[in-house]
Amino acid sequence: MLELHDVDAAYGDVRVLSGVTLRVGPGEIVALLGPNGAGKSTLLGCVAGLVRPRAGAIRWEGQDLRALSPHLIVERGLATVPEGRRLFASMTVEDNLELGAFSPRARATRRQSLDRVFALFPVLHARRRQIVRSLSGGQQQMVAVGRALMASPRLLMLDEPSLGIAPQLVRAILDALAEINRAGVAIFLVEQNVRAALTLAHRAYILEGGRIVGEGNGSALLQDAHVRRAYLGPLAVRE
Amino acid sequence: MRTSAAPIWGPSRCASDDGRAVTLLAQQIVLGLLLGGLYGLAAAGLSLVFGVLKVLNVAHGELIMLGGYGAFWLFALLGWDPFAALLLVIPGSLLLGAVLYVGLFGFVVRAHEEIRIKNSLLVGFGLALALHALAVRLWTADDRSITTPYSGAVLTVGELSIPVIRLGSLAIAFALIAALHLLLARWRWGKAIRATAEDWQAALLTGIDVRRAYLLAFAIGTALAGAAGTLVSVGYSISPSMGLEWTLKALIVVVLAGLGSMLGTFVAGLFVGVAEALSAAAFGGPYREVVGLVIFVVVLVLRPRGLFGR
Repeated sequence: MLELHDVDAAYGDVRVLSGVTLRVGPGEIVALLGPNGAGKSTLLGCVAGLVRPRAGAIRWEGQDLRALSPHLIVERGLATVPEGRRLFASMTVEDNLELGAFSPRARATRRQSLDRVFALFPVLHARRRQIVRSLSGGQQQMVAVGRALMASPRLLMLDEPSLGIAPQLVRAILDALAEINRAGVAIFLVEQNVRAALTLAHRAYILEGGRIVGEGNGSALLQDAHVRRAYLGPLAVRE
Repeated sequence: MRTSAAPIWGPSRCASDDGRAVTLLAQQIVLGLLLGGLYGLAAAGLSLVFGVLKVLNVAHGELIMLGGYGAFWLFALLGWDPFAALLLVIPGSLLLGAVLYVGLFGFVVRAHEEIRIKNSLLVGFGLALALHALAVRLWTADDRSITTPYSGAVLTVGELSIPVIRLGSLAIAFALIAALHLLLARWRWGKAIRATAEDWQAALLTGIDVRRAYLLAFAIGTALAGAAGTLVSVGYSISPSMGLEWTLKALIVVVLAGLGSMLGTFVAGLFVGVAEALSAAAFGGPYREVVGLVIFVVVLVLRPRGLFGR
């Protein structure tokens, strides 16, 4: 469904991605792990159309995404929850969600989408007329996920959804992702919380220094010595 | 737009003049409010364009000037009432704004945000010069104003006299600002414009065609300028060289109000109008321009995001 082949990206002279090849199949949950500065956000930016790759191919259902503006990529069914949420903080929850269904295709089904989002996050229904800025971090993250879902995506991409959120709410967000996935939406997840990501994901890629250095299914990577040492900390190795 | 008044707080004033002085002061406040409404309208367009496109259109005053001459032409050639002329000037300005965006400012917004302001200044000053030259060619450099049969009408309230035509202009200016506010609050694309102003990258990721939001914001901003120009031409006077002065006035109001609230911009416009009128009354006509600049500096120092800014 989503295929990246040999993607290079750079900011000016600084190479960020080198020869990245990966794929996300229909209905899959794929995690992208790696240290800070590995190029994870840049990779998502390339797929979403915010970053123009230097070389390589990015195909979605056989079609090249590289020439498309980000709003047209959303229209084709790829929605992104950006790092730091990037909500329209001075607007209400309802306005944010409504804007999520801005593309013509999503607009046609926005009533059903809104019901789905409220079923997934009932607290948002109660707070739908509240200004987003007044919500807690976790609730804001729910709005961010909800806004992306309003686009009726077939692939949902998330950049660090658990960053800066209370632990019990991280659980709620991850549970919501599992439920979204059960409804048939593929998920591509960049996450710092490696243990949580690997428990949720069917497969994962490891990105270091702009290159894919490892790949495998979630439970296998959880047992992998390098992953344990690098991402789960010394305690995990001794476990 | 200049109303001259003798200083009323001079040393020669004696106690028996107090009542007259109060009336004079109140009269100045009224005139200040009437002019300030137009400042607010002029500033709203500049604020919208600056807030959404992150582009400072220094030719905004020239767009106001064109709106004024648009109404003047309709009046002089076709005998249109200047208020009725708004029905043509507003859509005409909307179209002009769209053309200017596609032809000029659309290229500016492609640049990185830090470069945008610089480039927009160059493009804006170029446009301002061109429009000024065009206006001199078409309408000569003379001051013009539209004189209707009801131009001299005055509403007398107590000892205050309120020029009816300026009162009508203030009401229309407020109605336009209220309409703009509703447009941005309720309309689908209005919300998209606000979202783009707040975070254009997030807007793109939400599926909003940000370029179109820019186009709409610029066209609406130009339409507001055109409407402001028409109202200036009927209550005051217009000339090809009025642009810079109006750009400055609008900029002062935008800085005072901050970005993000159109109603706040209108209130700030009223405030600047009154402040100018009072300072002219206190220190004499030449000082009215100074007070705006003082407000500008004081606000920048004390509250850089403005009174109503986010």
